[in-house]
Amino acid sequence: MMAKTTEQHAVVVVGGGPAGLAAAIAAYEAGESDVLVLERDTQLGGILNQCIHNGFGLHTFNEELTGPEYAARFIDKAASLGIEYRLGTMVIDVSEERVVTTVSAEDGVQSIKAGAVVLAMGCRERPRGALATPGFRPAGVYSAGTAQRLVNIEGELPGREVVILGSGDIGLIMARRMTLEGAHVACVAEIMPYSGGLKRNIVQCLDDFGIPLLLSHTVVDVEGRNRVEAVTIAQVDENLKPIPGTEVRYPCDTLMLSVGLLPENELSREAGVQLSPVTRGPVVDQSLQTSIPGIFACGNVLHVHDLVDFVSQEAAAAGEQAARYVQGGCQTVAERGVPVVATDGVRYTVPSYVDPQRMDDTLTVRFRVANEYRNRYVSVYLNDKRIQHRKKRVMAPGEMEQVMLKRSDLLACEDLSQITVKLEEE
Amino acid sequence: MYDVIVIGAGVSGCAIARELARYDCSVCVVERDEDVCCGTSKANSAIIHAGFDADPGSLMARLNVKGNALMYEWAKDLNFAALQIGSLVVCVSESDMAGLEMLKTRGEKNGVPGLRIIDRKELLQMEPNISDNAVAALWAPTGGIVDPFGLTVALAENAAANGVTFRFNAPVSAISRTDNGWLVIAGDQTLEARAVVNAAGVYADNIHNLFLELVEDHKDTCTPLSEPAVADAPLSIVARKGEYYLLDTTAGQHVHHTIFMLPTIMGKGVLVSPTVHGNLIVGPTAADVDDKEATNTTSVGLQEVALKSSFTVKDVPLREVITTFAGLRAHQEAHDFVIGELEGGCGLFDCAAIESPGLTSAPAIGQMVSGLVAERLQLTKKPEEAFDSTRPGVVNLVITDFDDWDKLCQEDPRYGNIVCRCCRVSEAQIVDVIHRNPAATSLDAIKRRTGATMGRCQGGFCTPKIMEILQRELGISADQITKRGPGSELVVGKNKDRILPSQDSER
Repeated sequence: MMAKTTEQHAVVVVGGGPAGLAAAIAAYEAGESDVLVLERDTQLGGILNQCIHNGFGLHTFNEELTGPEYAARFIDKAASLGIEYRLGTMVIDVSEERVVTTVSAEDGVQSIKAGAVVLAMGCRERPRGALATPGFRPAGVYSAGTAQRLVNIEGELPGREVVILGSGDIGLIMARRMTLEGAHVACVAEIMPYSGGLKRNIVQCLDDFGIPLLLSHTVVDVEGRNRVEAVTIAQVDENLKPIPGTEVRYPCDTLMLSVGLLPENELSREAGVQLSPVTRGPVVDQSLQTSIPGIFACGNVLHVHDLVDFVSQEAAAAGEQAARYVQGGCQTVAERGVPVVATDGVRYTVPSYVDPQRMDDTLTVRFRVANEYRNRYVSVYLNDKRIQHRKKRVMAPGEMEQVMLKRSDLLACEDLSQITVKLEEE
Repeated sequence: MYDVIVIGAGVSGCAIARELARYDCSVCVVERDEDVCCGTSKANSAIIHAGFDADPGSLMARLNVKGNALMYEWAKDLNFAALQIGSLVVCVSESDMAGLEMLKTRGEKNGVPGLRIIDRKELLQMEPNISDNAVAALWAPTGGIVDPFGLTVALAENAAANGVTFRFNAPVSAISRTDNGWLVIAGDQTLEARAVVNAAGVYADNIHNLFLELVEDHKDTCTPLSEPAVADAPLSIVARKGEYYLLDTTAGQHVHHTIFMLPTIMGKGVLVSPTVHGNLIVGPTAADVDDKEATNTTSVGLQEVALKSSFTVKDVPLREVITTFAGLRAHQEAHDFVIGELEGGCGLFDCAAIESPGLTSAPAIGQMVSGLVAERLQLTKKPEEAFDSTRPGVVNLVITDFDDWDKLCQEDPRYGNIVCRCCRVSEAQIVDVIHRNPAATSLDAIKRRTGATMGRCQGGFCTPKIMEILQRELGISADQITKRGPGSELVVGKNKDRILPSQDSER
């Protein structure tokens, strides 16, 4: 299955969303001007283009931008550097040898040999089918992101009486958007006892509009053979099982879902990249390199982020590392470094391996917690020695957390075999 | 005036229409839904049964074995996906081994080729994920899997290409006698034909009973046909619901053959099988329901499927589920197909109670029913050159190698514009099926023909793109686009249309 014309580029970035753009810019600035960005959509910017609400960029630019504005900063920067990109171009294969195969209307099927590849394909929404929610399968069941595209890009109203299942950020944002566009949002039901979204979104998108958030509730039936006619919501017990007798029927024409995002790693899987069962993203080391040398990953394809600012930061690191890999002659290092173990309320860490010899002076380790916690300590252990112990007043699964590792600390630890990140009560 | 009206554009109706098209006659298929393949044909196990289940001598046994052989032949002519992967009936208890032998004997009586009982060791080699309890299995090499949408659409397209007319959104409300034959009121259409074929799926009892009213006061005396007539007694079809899980293609290799369970005293199991689209299907349940529209899944049903899947296969990765669905089988108490001319009704034909293995039997049913109709109407076969038995397939980019894909792009650049990323469907394929006959004009119609929206994101990314293409190709507005015909519109209006009424004039 080889395709025609094997062209070459130093760094090939798969995806032109916030992660891909930041990675490309960073690779360029690290000295690799031969960077190519491949984007399947008809414009750069990725999902930010449909995120017309504000709140982006507080960390990066110290101001509140809309999604398209945030994307524009990076698109303009890439353009000013003259970074090459291709639109309407979908990557259909990435090989272990870093041959990237694309298809587009303009060029048909093509192969590109890359010095380094940065995976930045983003994520997708978990669909209704994946929840196995009982009931009919009518029109009017939308994932929140699909509805967001219809409303914000196409100007089409998906429904007038809406129930939202899941309190992920897109769902919360869409509760407000649908209200502003003239629909009525009856409630947001969340199966967990806490929201999956940012606190600020609950305040600004639900509380400010009087939309009730029903924690520990889920949809147990969908009615309507052709179009949604009603959904039934029930309370769930501690095992997340619906409690009989608590059912309430909501007549509506739309069920919107915001029940989780899944990194989109089909290309990575086919390339043979090792994936984490927890994040569903690649397992990476301190340079955000996957299990295949020369293939890096960043942004939501690596693990789902809460804020785009962190996507940009992480992607810049990946881009820089990709450039360095090329500059170093694309050498394979067999050592994966010391494993970073996530435990006691820490669900995962990115990266999950750190090589103290090859890391920068400092390294950001990002993670999410498994539950809502108050007044817990985030602790870092090198082997069995605690080196960090920081109290956090509130932590929630919807918000990403991070710790900083210092190279000097790691090098000072004799026979370092494991780094542990965990939560402690005291 | 048609020669034949076929009621129902499911797989049976389309197979009959396609086979009738071989004769010099005019045929019209009337369908209550907006497209072909909207009832039982679209929601089933998608299995090509080998034919060891049905009682020897039954119509089911005969048509299953014949349909099985024809299916693989027809797949080549009509370009739909049918894969002969073989099936295994797994025995999970030593004490049930006699049952396995019995099944083999029955299959042999039915004429199923190649049946063999294999031991656990061989079974484990074929299926590493087989249950630890599995002791042996019946191997049926002629078993397989089929794309039920692709099959039905291919039959319909080939029928249409050979002159058959299709009328959709046309539910039959009345049938009456005329001087020359029969008058059928279907939706807003009044159609006349010399013969009427009832292939109405779960509603075939309604049509049969309409037929009965016609022969009640006047019994025709017809010359007997080569197959026995259907008794002029009332028919009752029960909707038997089957619920399923469909898992992502990441789970499609969990088993390599269709795995059935040999029924035990604990009851019937569920099947676990790859699909032609590379997914894994698990199901069905079997629960009789009163409502013939009840294609809803239930928590009880889905739990049952999840539990039973473990009887034959280990660690079925149900967390990879991308959708669940339910279908209704047209069950009849005697559990055999009801096919033939109605006693006393000259030119009234039943093709009823087509439950499993109805899909497998469809090619044989098509031949049988068309043969009977031709006999009654004394139809002659068209000359060979007047019937085109082939139908161009819809391109499948998942199995197209990159060089061929590149060539496609040179011919039509729209093959390079991917619309459905999960199932790798391009704009060219979608435009292709929109302009075929019968045309795909809804989201689900496009799904059935191309696979778009059928993948892991379930249309999350491609729905707005397909809507755009439908608007452009059909010259309609977004609010006219449906998921599956009138009443299933995807959007209800424009942003702020109720709070800023002045916008209306600008639209």
